Order: sequence, then C-alpha cells, then structure tokens
Amino acid sequence: MNIPIDLSLLYPELFLLVWTFVVLVADFFTSEDSKPNIGYLSLIGLIITAILSLSSKQGTTFYGAFRADTFGLSFNIIFIFSAILTVASSIEFAKKNLKHQGEFYGLILFSTVGMMFLSAADDLLILYVSLELATISLFILSAFMKRDLKSTEAGMKYFILGAASSAIMIYGISLIYGMTGSISLHIISLRLEEMLTLSPLFVLAIIFLIAGLSFKLAAVPFHMWCPDVYEGAPTPVTAYLSVASKAAGLAALIRIFYDSLQPAAAQWIPLFMAIAAMAMVLGNVVAIKQHNIKRLLAYSSIAQIGYVLVGFLGDSELAVTSMVIYMLAYLFANIGAFLVVIAFYNKIGSDEITAYAGLSKRSPFLAISMVIFLLSLVGIPPMAGFIGKFYLFSAAIQKGYYWIVVLAVLTSVVSLYYYMSVAYQMYFKTGDDDSKISIEPTLAVAVAIALAGTILIGVFPSSVISAVFGASRAFF
Amino acid sequence: MPTVDHYLVLSGLLFCIGAFGLLTRRNAIGVLMSIELMFNSANINFISFSKFLTPQALTGQAFAVFVITIAAAEAAVGLAIVVLMYRNFDVVDVDYIDFMRW
Repeated sequence: MNIPIDLSLLYPELFLLVWTFVVLVADFFTSEDSKPNIGYLSLIGLIITAILSLSSKQGTTFYGAFRADTFGLSFNIIFIFSAILTVASSIEFAKKNLKHQGEFYGLILFSTVGMMFLSAADDLLILYVSLELATISLFILSAFMKRDLKSTEAGMKYFILGAASSAIMIYGISLIYGMTGSISLHIISLRLEEMLTLSPLFVLAIIFLIAGLSFKLAAVPFHMWCPDVYEGAPTPVTAYLSVASKAAGLAALIRIFYDSLQPAAAQWIPLFMAIAAMAMVLGNVVAIKQHNIKRLLAYSSIAQIGYVLVGFLGDSELAVTSMVIYMLAYLFANIGAFLVVIAFYNKIGSDEITAYAGLSKRSPFLAISMVIFLLSLVGIPPMAGFIGKFYLFSAAIQKGYYWIVVLAVLTSVVSLYYYMSVAYQMYFKTGDDDSKISIEPTLAVAVAIALAGTILIGVFPSSVISAVFGASRAFF
Repeated sequence: MPTVDHYLVLSGLLFCIGAFGLLTRRNAIGVLMSIELMFNSANINFISFSKFLTPQALTGQAFAVFVITIAAAEAAVGLAIVVLMYRNFDVVDVDYIDFMRW
C-alpha cells in the first residue's frame, strides 16, 4: 500500500455528499412555489450517483477502513433506488403536506450518503458513524410534519428507541474492542480465531450488537417502535424507512457477522434463529387484524425481516447472495406498495383499508400494481419475491434447518390472507365514490419502475443472481 | 492502583443506571439524560481499554471522541423533538403520547 488513501474509490459517496449541500444551498434561492424543482434536482443527483457507483473502482482505502466491493455496491444500488423512488413519490406529497421541502430532500440525501458509507465500512468506527448519520436524519424526517400530532409522536418514539439502541450497540462495540484490541473487522476475526474459548463477556457483546442492530431492522423483540413510527411518519418517509433503513441494518449485520464474527458462528446462529422465528410469527399474525394500510405494511415488513434473517442460518455464499436478492425484491415490492398508498392518500386523504373499496374501478393501474406488489411480498411466482424466498430457504435447507423453513412457508400462507384482504377490498367491494383517480406523472413513473423491477427480477432471475453472486465472495 | 476491571465494573454500573432510567423515567428530558449515561459508559470502556490494553495505539480514545460528538448530535435532535412535543402536547411526559396503539 503505497498510497493508503485513494479518494477515487469514494467518488459516488463524495459526489452525493457534495450534491446534498448543493440541494440545501439551492433551497435558499428557490421561491416557495418552485420548491418541487428541488425534488427534481435531488433526483438528478441520485441518478448520477447510481451511474458513478456502477462504474466505480473496487478496493480498500483509508488503511483498510473503507472497502468498495461488489457486496457494498449491491447494497448501494438498493439504497439509491429506494431514495430515487422515495424522492419521486414525495414531490406531490411534500407540496401539499410539508413545510421546508428543501431540507426534507436534503435529509433524505444525507441519510442515503450515510447508508452508502455504511455498506462499504470495514471498520467498527466507520460503521457506527455512518449508521448514526443515516439514523439521525431519519429521526428528523419522521417528525417532519410539525403540526401533526401523530408525526411528533412517531418522531419521539423513534428517537428514544433509536438512540437507546445505538447506545446499546456502542457498548457492545466497546466490549469487542476491549477483548480483541482492534476495531478493524478483519483483525477482529483473526484475533477471534486465535481464541480457544469465548468469554461470557464476548457473548454479551454479541447479544448487545444484535440487539442494537435489530432495532434498526425492527426485528422481534425490538419491533415496538415500528408500527407506530410507520403510521405517524409522512408516508414517503415510511416507504424509505421500511426499505432503506432495514437494508442498512442488514448490510451492517452481514458485514459484522460474516466478515469478523464468523469464527463465533456457533454462538450467534441460535440467536438469529430465535429472532427470525419470532418475527415471522408475530409479524404475520398481528398483521391480520390491522385496519390501517400503513400499520398492515409495518407488521408485514417485520415478518419480511424474519424471512431475511433466515439467511443467517445458512452461513454460506448462497445465503449471503440470497439475502441481497431478497432485499432487492423486497425493495421494489415494498416501496411499490407504499407508492400506491401515497398516490391514493394524495387524492383521498385516508390510509384506512376500507377506503380502498372499489379502487379497481377508480384506478385500474393502481389496483393491479398493488396486487402485484402484494403477491411479490407473499412470494408467488413469477414475482421477484418468489426468487428471493426460494434461494433463502434453500440455503437454510442445505444446513438442515427444516423446521424454520416449514414455519416460514406456513406463515407465508397466513400472510396471503391479509394481503389478499386488501385486494378483496379493491376488487370486490364497491365504494361510495366512483370518480376516477388521476396520478401525477413522476409518481406514475416511480410505480412503473417498481413494477418493472418486481416482474423483471422474477422472470429473468439468472442475470441478477450472477451479478450479485460476486457480492458474497468477499466473505468466504 | 485501579486496574481495567475496576473501570469495567464502573462502566457496567453506569450502563445499568442509564438503562434503568430509560425504562423508569417518564420525563422526556430524563430519558435523554439516561441515554447519555449509557453512551458515556461505553466511553469509559473505550478509554480504559485504550489505556490498559493497547497503550501504544490511540484507537479507543479516538473512538470515544467520535461517540461524544455523535451523542451531542443525537441530543440536539432529541431536544428539538422534545420542544416539538411540548408545543403540540403541552407536556414533556412520554406517557402522554399514546395516540397510536396496536
């Protein structure tokens, strides 16, 4: 390493960071009526960042603290896509419901920058700082509707639990540092291999780390904030939270546990097994009796995280690949579902599931897209969700965890019931109002992108899988 | 002469006091202070490990500086949300905000 600091590896992150400041400054010079232009400006920046990420170099820099590899790249694509879809969906929403629109877009971009650094972190310090950059921006975003009581409540709950979880996580990190004498993920794994037995303190540190990061993922038993925050936060923020923030937590978990704590796998596999099983059962069962669509999607996202965590039992290349593919499928399906919710809310102003009665007549496009997204979340072929679930479960079966796969399939059947009750409202109930619902062009394009992603990954999985497969190579 | 064990016990106690306050305090400011205690217990760990285990490297001390900075940023956002809560609800008691329940 002659040149330990090679900034060219960071171009996508640095570009987005600079662009965020450009957006914030441009906000000063924009009149109140032309604020939506700030949203378009952010979109342009995100698209350029996506192109830069795809063409960026790979390698490590900052003395091994920052590592740009295929794994980080695949997660970067997930973060950038969810930011693009979120910004595209919030332009109309922000115009109607939010003050300070420039800061709104700026904070979304800041959060994306944090997540991009996170997926490339190869050092507990970078990992912690970038995770906090992502989360602190989200605290503000979830409380962004200042006069809305629910939004304030959401911000408060998210802040208290988020800050507490990061305090728990940092305590775990400090213990790991104390026991291995290093914060570099690579060196920690070397030191771990040298240890003959693990001290109870180290097991405690692993539990603290899992607890802290499970808060970000909203996995059971750390899910309490999730439905309330999802319901209260502005809907585009909820969409972003439900995908990008979870993907960030997952990227951090995969980095920490596959990269550095792998030698202690026997200690953490049972923990992930318990969390995954609880999340699948609780998320799917409680979702049945929800009557607010955002709460329903919140519980469904808890269940989805349960499925993803099954990937930690696999402990193989296939398992890491399948987690990335599942997140990709989940990105398009879940954000897509929220895009429909936003389009509907912009016109009707309601999130109740009963208000969706007769939507198939009022907007056939929105109704059929919603059905496709929900089917993908259940995992019905030929949608993307099926591919994700198929690979996740086969990775777990390879290692002989049959019962958790049986549980996952059974709970998927339960989820079919509540997802289809939404479809039932849209197709077989008639509402009081038969007027057509028109969709703004940006939002329609965003829904179309999400649809295309959901169907294309499902129909042509092999190209995506071969692209992502290199991602897991770094760990094995 | 205190050893690393003493500092570990101190930070463990501090963490437990913070966690206890987090669970029992009803006042939002009190909750914030309890979270600060938890952050600081991690800082004590970092500094003592840095001093006793890796005295030649400054990793732990640098980490502690970052934790302090982030805790301050978090507290700033937290206080802003508390102010928002006071304006909207006229209380800073976390028990009062329960519009949404499952």
